[in-house]
Amino acid sequence: MTLVETIAEARRTGDLEPVVERIPYLQWMGIEMGVEDGAVLATMRYGDRLIGNFVHRALHGGTLGALLESAAVFELLHAGRGETLPRIVNITVEYLRSASDRDTYASASLVKVGRRVANVRAIAWQDDPSRPVASAHCHFLV
Amino acid sequence: MSDARVRRFQERFAEAIPHNRALGLQMERVEDDRVVARLPWADHLIGNPELRAFHGGALSASMDAICGASVFVALHQPMRIATLDLRMDYLRPTAPDRDVICEATCFRITEKIAFTRGLAHQGDAADPIAAVTATFMLFRDQGGDLGQHLRGSSDPASEDRS
Repeated sequence: MTLVETIAEARRTGDLEPVVERIPYLQWMGIEMGVEDGAVLATMRYGDRLIGNFVHRALHGGTLGALLESAAVFELLHAGRGETLPRIVNITVEYLRSASDRDTYASASLVKVGRRVANVRAIAWQDDPSRPVASAHCHFLV
Repeated sequence: MSDARVRRFQERFAEAIPHNRALGLQMERVEDDRVVARLPWADHLIGNPELRAFHGGALSASMDAICGASVFVALHQPMRIATLDLRMDYLRPTAPDRDVICEATCFRITEKIAFTRGLAHQGDAADPIAAVTATFMLFRDQGGDLGQHLRGSSDPASEDRS
């Protein structure tokens, strides 16, 4: 099955995992994709290799950027935008709190999907969605 | 730049920080306010299986790390730093099976904030794959576990600025 076919199938069934399984980096990072209340929920399973500061047991900031970008990509896919993986133009990540050595979650919302470009915001948290650890806004070609 | 300084950054920055080690980052140059590192090609970092291109997350995590490293070399004393924000412009997809060179410069340090910018390319700096701007908070009251690990000296200036 081609990637386009896998994506089309995932849209039909609502199961995003077959797409995740096609993307080596997401597997390696321990990033999973599910759908809750009609929106994509991305989960980054804790692993020691995600650590950026071994004294404070804090996650590497780059892993949060990767999670936020991935949540935005899958929200676009889930919303039925484009046949294949959307191409990212840019991302701005804002770091709000230190993230500790446990699972991290992210969700994204489509602010505007135009004819050329989509504007997406994403937020990442650990225990409490009202206390985000990082947020991002990104542009994608659609 | 001295080879010893590159080796020290390799040991304490690239290898002692788990995610930098997992990415395989290799320090190549360490200057007064600038660092250059290599992100080796690896199949598990692929984000688009059809293009066989690096995932943007692997690139932005590498640039985050290298921009932070440029702050450490530019600072005159060790302290804890934390990324405040980071913007990546993805200029084109990466070519498969080729390493990425990440370069970053810390161009301004104030009391509380350090400003950095950088580029990533695959061999030709005039044809970059990504551009980055990142700012970092400085914790001048915190000696910086990481800073001390990096500097490895109570008087970093004596060696590092020579």
